[in-house]
Amino acid sequence: MIRQPDPKPDIMDRRDAIVAGLRALLPESGLIAEPRLLKPYETDGLSAYRQPPLAVALPETTEQTAAVLKYCHQNGVRVVPRGAGTSLSGGALPLADAVVVGMMRMNRILDINYPDRCAVVQAGVTNIGITNAVSADGFFYAPDPSSQLACMIGGNVNMNSGGAHCLKYGVTANNLLGLKVVTIEGEILDIGGAHLDAAGYDWLGLLTGSEGMLVVVTEVTVRILRGPEGARAMLAAFGSNEVAGAAVDAIISSGIIPVALEFMDRPAIHACEAFAHAGYPLDAEAMLIIEVEGSAEEQDRLLGQLSDICRKFDPISLKVSQSAEESLAIWKGRKGAFGAVGRISPDYLCMDGTIPTSQLPHVLRRIQEMSDSYGLKVANIFHAGDGNLHPLIMFDANDADSFHAAEEFGADILKLCVEVGGCLTGEHGVGVEKRDLMPVQFHAHELQQQRRLKSAFDPDWLLNPSKVFPLLEPEVAVLPQAA
Amino acid sequence: MQTNFTAEQLRDPDTASSNSVLRTCVHCGMCTATCPTFLLLGDELDSPRGRIYLIKDMLETGRPATEEVVLHIDRCLSCLSCMTTCPSGVNYMHLVDHARTYIEQTYRRPWPERWLRSLLGVLLPRPGLFRMALVGARLVRPLGRLIPGRSMMAQRMRAMLALAPAAVPSPSSVETPRVYPAVGERKARVALMTGCAQQVLMPRINEATIRLLTRLGVEVVVARGAGCCGALNHHIGQHDRAMALARANIEAWSDEEGLDAIVINASGCGTTVKDYGFMFRSEPEPWREKAEKIAGLTLDVTQFLSRFGYAPTREASGLTVAYHSACSLQHGQQVTAEPKALLSRAGFRVVEPREPHICCGSAGTYNLLQPEIAGRLRDRKLGNLKATRPDLIAAGNIGCITQLAGDSVPVVHTVELLDWMAGGPRPPGVPN
Repeated sequence: MIRQPDPKPDIMDRRDAIVAGLRALLPESGLIAEPRLLKPYETDGLSAYRQPPLAVALPETTEQTAAVLKYCHQNGVRVVPRGAGTSLSGGALPLADAVVVGMMRMNRILDINYPDRCAVVQAGVTNIGITNAVSADGFFYAPDPSSQLACMIGGNVNMNSGGAHCLKYGVTANNLLGLKVVTIEGEILDIGGAHLDAAGYDWLGLLTGSEGMLVVVTEVTVRILRGPEGARAMLAAFGSNEVAGAAVDAIISSGIIPVALEFMDRPAIHACEAFAHAGYPLDAEAMLIIEVEGSAEEQDRLLGQLSDICRKFDPISLKVSQSAEESLAIWKGRKGAFGAVGRISPDYLCMDGTIPTSQLPHVLRRIQEMSDSYGLKVANIFHAGDGNLHPLIMFDANDADSFHAAEEFGADILKLCVEVGGCLTGEHGVGVEKRDLMPVQFHAHELQQQRRLKSAFDPDWLLNPSKVFPLLEPEVAVLPQAA
Repeated sequence: MQTNFTAEQLRDPDTASSNSVLRTCVHCGMCTATCPTFLLLGDELDSPRGRIYLIKDMLETGRPATEEVVLHIDRCLSCLSCMTTCPSGVNYMHLVDHARTYIEQTYRRPWPERWLRSLLGVLLPRPGLFRMALVGARLVRPLGRLIPGRSMMAQRMRAMLALAPAAVPSPSSVETPRVYPAVGERKARVALMTGCAQQVLMPRINEATIRLLTRLGVEVVVARGAGCCGALNHHIGQHDRAMALARANIEAWSDEEGLDAIVINASGCGTTVKDYGFMFRSEPEPWREKAEKIAGLTLDVTQFLSRFGYAPTREASGLTVAYHSACSLQHGQQVTAEPKALLSRAGFRVVEPREPHICCGSAGTYNLLQPEIAGRLRDRKLGNLKATRPDLIAAGNIGCITQLAGDSVPVVHTVELLDWMAGGPRPPGVPN
């Protein structure tokens, strides 16, 4: 169950006038208001929570976005920005009295600048779309969330998204050079540009990961990198989650930084193998995907060292990818992992906590114990090298009890993450999902300080107001729950 | 994903099937990225996930389809790119087919559209009628440019006339039911589906297939009573008509003794015939079992050739072939490697365009019913194909061949090239 602010009665009363007002600002078919057509916009990647919006606006330019925001600001209408709608924390969950502003039509690549190694793209370009645009010239954009095929760069900025290869290359914040944003007043601001660091305060750092609550991002300047000479992945299979977790800790503490170090447990291995046919070890309890980059000699040397470390943990098998196709299949399985769990369970909650890697064996054991006591299966798929956990709690959304148990189980996992010195979220953002757990991580005065920052950008709390922070009484209502 | 069907609703086998499809979807959104209409239109409602949601709502509430919902379902190409992308294994094809039938049952289209859809449903599956219509269309083709207006109907009329070939090939006799004996020792016996629209538009595809197969030692049966696979009717929601056509094929092929395969050289048809088992799942025996059996025997011609064996007899031509992967082949049947491997084997330099997974806009009758989107997809596809600087384009489906023809690069069927290199005639338009 998730609480939402009460819809503003005056907005609901003026619905038709607001729709007409917005329609005048947008091209044909740029405004959706028919109730049946609003249903597909009622949720995102976290489909347990749903609320159709008042309307959906699909601007095609920054100027149209600015006009929509200005109108909403003048009329006191709440706004929920949306990219591809792949958020796993409900970041794009609408409100009944809000206008969803979708960035999907702003999907053009505006400039590719190889000498300065950067690209300027609109917010609705997909993450992989950037790499695809520069890969023929040997370049790539490094952060690679598993949803990179579909998720959009504007959403990546707002959630400070990570991905498998962030172990070496850093997350979105580390690969960002500039932004064009629109404030709730409809003012267009340019921040940063084709150069490292920006003058004055670190506005980029502030806006990255601000979850659509401070500004709406319409254009992004990203750093593009020249691709490595080569890369190879190896699969290391182990007899238990704990042992695999200990192997991760040993690798990281040895000082080797593989380009990616991913963990999958037995349920995940089986679901992903059925989808990707990558030759995953079906007899293992847990598996690590370890990728290294560089010249053939560098790869060999690193893979040798990594194999030596893994051998200390009684691996069931160690297998190095022999071809580009095999590596592609290995990553196809990993990147499609969340969806693939749809093969073994009708629904799941994907958690996203971060812990110090030394705590991996302990936390994995505790998660298994919780799974047993809640009676809900869990699949563990995560960025082990970063200590970024993604336990997928499997449940049946057609069974209300099962859903509530899954929510509680998820909350317990995240509390455990904080308890061992970690954090509530690694890369999916707080959204609505983890909003009410924020007091586990922060003191009341710390939350209050963050709210004041939000108010500085958006005094009326119109931009994505129900996310990240626990709602302040009494301005809450109960959203029709999932089951 | 959660669904809300009553026990009563779930007693309907179609609804029960759609429910299980919907329950597999986890709403992750991966499918949106590889959907041609989402790419062009940038609206969740024109993406697979959005359509799944619209269909879910329509079926759950049991309300008649509305104009707005129909617009977005109609815009779906049924290219099934989403099914290749989907990590959860959602069978979108069965869901959208159910939705299309539901729409035909609950929604009354404006009369010009009803008329057009009925006309297509009657004409295309009947080679005789279709040929006459094409001859007629050829005569009035120059008038197409004079049709005024920007209305959907005017666009459709212009599209239909533009697609009519400048010359209608004279009828071939290869489709007459008979047995073509293997040359030399008989190593296999197959039934060839000779289809409907393809034999009128390009009879040389069946001719090349029969020449090639018999030369390799395969006995080829053109079965009496077999005809259109039913796909055209199926995809415009004419369920009963589609079932009748499928039934005739199942009957005709079941009567043939000792078939090693049913070979299909139009991949749009292949996708449907391979799905006969599902289409007949609620039919009484012996139909269900027969349909399963026929579906299990069906192979695309390139699948058959890769398994059976193919070797060229001519010197390699040195030509560069851009392989266009028909959606029905790559997404509908998941056949991707075989055609390219065979073309390489035949001595061609095979190149692939960017965005190989994106539809060319043909999609059955889509280029007639949604000419604006189909035209944009055609231009996008031709641009990507031509960027590979090919001497010619090869595809495994008549729809794509018609859609991509008429530009500067000749378009032929894969099997024509394989036949040529194994002793057959040079396909028309192919350079020296």
